[in-house]
Amino acid sequence: MFLARVVGNVVATVKDPALVGKKILVVQPLDKRWQPQHSYIVAVDSVGAGAGETVYCCRGREASFPWYPDEVPTETAIVAIVDGINQAGDRTD
Amino acid sequence: MLIGRVVDDVVATQKAPSHEGCKILMAQPLNLDNTDRGEPVLALDAVDAGVGDRVLVVTEGWCAMTAVDREHAPIDMAVVGVIDSVTLAE
Repeated sequence: MFLARVVGNVVATVKDPALVGKKILVVQPLDKRWQPQHSYIVAVDSVGAGAGETVYCCRGREASFPWYPDEVPTETAIVAIVDGINQAGDRTD
Repeated sequence: MLIGRVVDDVVATQKAPSHEGCKILMAQPLNLDNTDRGEPVLALDAVDAGVGDRVLVVTEGWCAMTAVDREHAPIDMAVVGVIDSVTLAE
């Protein structure tokens, strides 16, 4: 799993029926300084996240398990909204 | 599995119900000389590891779900061991 920040959302009218009603968000993975990386990933939301929030995402087949036994065709899902991070002692930012 | 060092733990109130009651650890993958390798990952804790520990992280869903004993949960990584030492051949 990895930390990411939600930066936008995707609207698609024509899509797999299992994706109907799901929020599709654009996230940017965070690096070790919690800064957004240049890459982005499109993820299906399972917790009601929105733009600007820090979340963590699950990848792989397991990404469809928030909706189990429904089979949602995604390989990345947002599974939690992060409240805070307890830093190690040497971290300052 | 990979070797990592726990650098932070993450607090999330709103999350997948299957993640409740589990610590979420941020682990920095390490090279064999203990230097950082790539970006940190998040893993659910199965062994009560803490910040600073060198740990074993499984990176496949089935293993991770088995480790934390939760089926059909959106979990793809788990901490399954705290490493005492790693010995390499010369």
